[in-house]
Amino acid sequence: MSVIVRLPSQLRNLVGGDAEVQVEATDVRTAIWAVEEKFPGLATRVLDDAGQIRRFVNVFVADEDVRFLDGLDTALSPGQTVSLVPAVAGGCC
Amino acid sequence: MSFAIGLKCRECGETYATEARFVCDTCFGPLEVEYDLVAAKGHVTRESIAAGPASIWRYHDLLPDPGTTPVDLGAGWTPLHRADRLGALLGIKDLYLKDDTRNPTGSFKDRVVSVALSSARRLGFTTAACASTGNLATSVAAHAAAIGWPSVTVIPSDLESSKVAMTAIFGGIVLGVEGSYDDVNRLCAELVSEHPDWAFVNVNLRAYYAEGSKTLAFEIAEQLGWRTPDQVVVPVASGSQLTKIAKGFREFEELGLTEGPTPRLFGAQASGCSPVATAFRDGTNVVRPVRPNTIARSLAIGNPADGPYVLDEVHRGGGDIGSVSDEEILECIGLLARTEGIFAETAGGVTIASLRQLVQRGSIDVNRPVVAIISGHGLKTLDAVVDTARVTATISPSLADAEAVLASLSNQEVSL
Repeated sequence: MSVIVRLPSQLRNLVGGDAEVQVEATDVRTAIWAVEEKFPGLATRVLDDAGQIRRFVNVFVADEDVRFLDGLDTALSPGQTVSLVPAVAGGCC
Repeated sequence: MSFAIGLKCRECGETYATEARFVCDTCFGPLEVEYDLVAAKGHVTRESIAAGPASIWRYHDLLPDPGTTPVDLGAGWTPLHRADRLGALLGIKDLYLKDDTRNPTGSFKDRVVSVALSSARRLGFTTAACASTGNLATSVAAHAAAIGWPSVTVIPSDLESSKVAMTAIFGGIVLGVEGSYDDVNRLCAELVSEHPDWAFVNVNLRAYYAEGSKTLAFEIAEQLGWRTPDQVVVPVASGSQLTKIAKGFREFEELGLTEGPTPRLFGAQASGCSPVATAFRDGTNVVRPVRPNTIARSLAIGNPADGPYVLDEVHRGGGDIGSVSDEEILECIGLLARTEGIFAETAGGVTIASLRQLVQRGSIDVNRPVVAIISGHGLKTLDAVVDTARVTATISPSLADAEAVLASLSNQEVSL
C-alpha cells in the first residue's frame, strides 16, 4: 500500500527538492527504507548505525511521536503520512 | 567585537560558518556557537566588561555578532539578590537569587530573544517567530514590535490568559494550537521548512538564541565580585538554560576572568513534567518523552531537546535534579514572596521547591554559596495563585469594623 513520507528542508536535496515522497510500505521502518531505495542516502541521515531513529530526529505518524507508539514498527494505514522532523527546538528554559 | 568564529555540531563535531543553519547536515545534531577564546584572552577583561552597558550586551565579545546594533529592549544585568531570610528558613548560609523577573518583558527570555533577533537581522531574516510556552512568545512579540518587524508566535491555545494577553498586546500574529507545547514545537519545526525567511528564534535561530542564557552565568560571576558560586539551581524545560549557564562559567574561567570553584549545577523540574529528573534518578542518559501535566506551564516540555546535555552537566559536577509537586510549587511561590519580596511565576516556585528538596536530601552543601535562578515574574501566572492569594477580610469602611477584624486576626497565628 502507498504511504507518504514528509521530509524537512535539510533532507529535500536528497529527493530532488520535493517535500514529500510517495512509497509502498506497511510500517515506519519499511517506509524509510523504501525512500532509501528510491533516493539513496536518506536512511543513514535518519537512522543511526544500529538502525534506530537518531537521537535528534523525531518521526511522527498521525501527529503522534512514534516513540510513544511502536517506534520503527509503528503500523501505517493506506495514504498515511510519516513526518520526519529535526528534534532541535526550544521552550522556556 | 564578537569572538564567535563558527557553529559546531554537539554530536559529531562538524563545523560550519556563523550562518542561517540550526541542525547538523550530517546527523541532525544541534549546533553551538564557537568562540576564539585564545584571541579573546587579554582583550576581554574585567575592566572592558565593566565599562559596557547595563545589559547583556556588556558581554558582546562572547555573544554572536549582533550586526551594526543589537535588537535590545534592555535585557539582563538583573539584580543578584542576597536572600538571607529565605536562606535562614532553608538552612542555607549564603543564598542568592538571580532575579530575572526584572527583565523588560518579565522573564529571562529577553536575554535569548535579544541575541537571536540581533543575529536574525544580521542574517537577513524579516519576520520574528517562535514556538513558545508563553514567556518566549511575549518577548519575541515585544522585541519584534520595537524594530517594526512582523511576528508570528505559536503557543498552546490553553495557556494562562495573562501570558496570551501579554503577547497579543504587541500586535503580532499569535497562533493558539490545540495541543501541548510539544505539538507546537513539532508544528514549528515543520513551518520552518515552509517559511525560510522567518526567524523562529528557538528553532532555526536556536544556536544563536541559546547563547543568550550564558549571560546569566556571566552576570552571576561578575556580581559576586568575579567569583564563581559553588552551586547553582536552574529550572529545566528544554534544558538549554542549564547547559548554557555551564558554558558561560567555563568561558569565563578559560578567559581567566573568575576565581572560585567550577559550579555544581542542579536542575529543577515539576513532577508533572520531569523527564530529565527521572532519567537522572534512573541513572540513564536516555530522556524518555512524557506528557506534561503541571501548573508550571513554562516548564511543560515533555520532549526536552537538551535533556541529555543537562544530564552530562549535572553529572559532571556531582549535582542533582529536584522534582516537585504542584502543591509544593504554589507553596514555594508564597514562601519566596513572603520571605524576600519577590513574586515569581510558577517556574520560580519549581526552583525554590526543588532547592528545598535538594537541601533536605543532602545534595546541596548548605555551608557553601548557592544561587537560584528566578526566571519569570509572578504576574505572568496570576491564574495559578488567584484562588489562594485573596483579601484577608472584606469590611465596611468603618474604623470599628476594621479594628474588630484586625483584633480577631492578631489572635490567629500568622505563619511563614
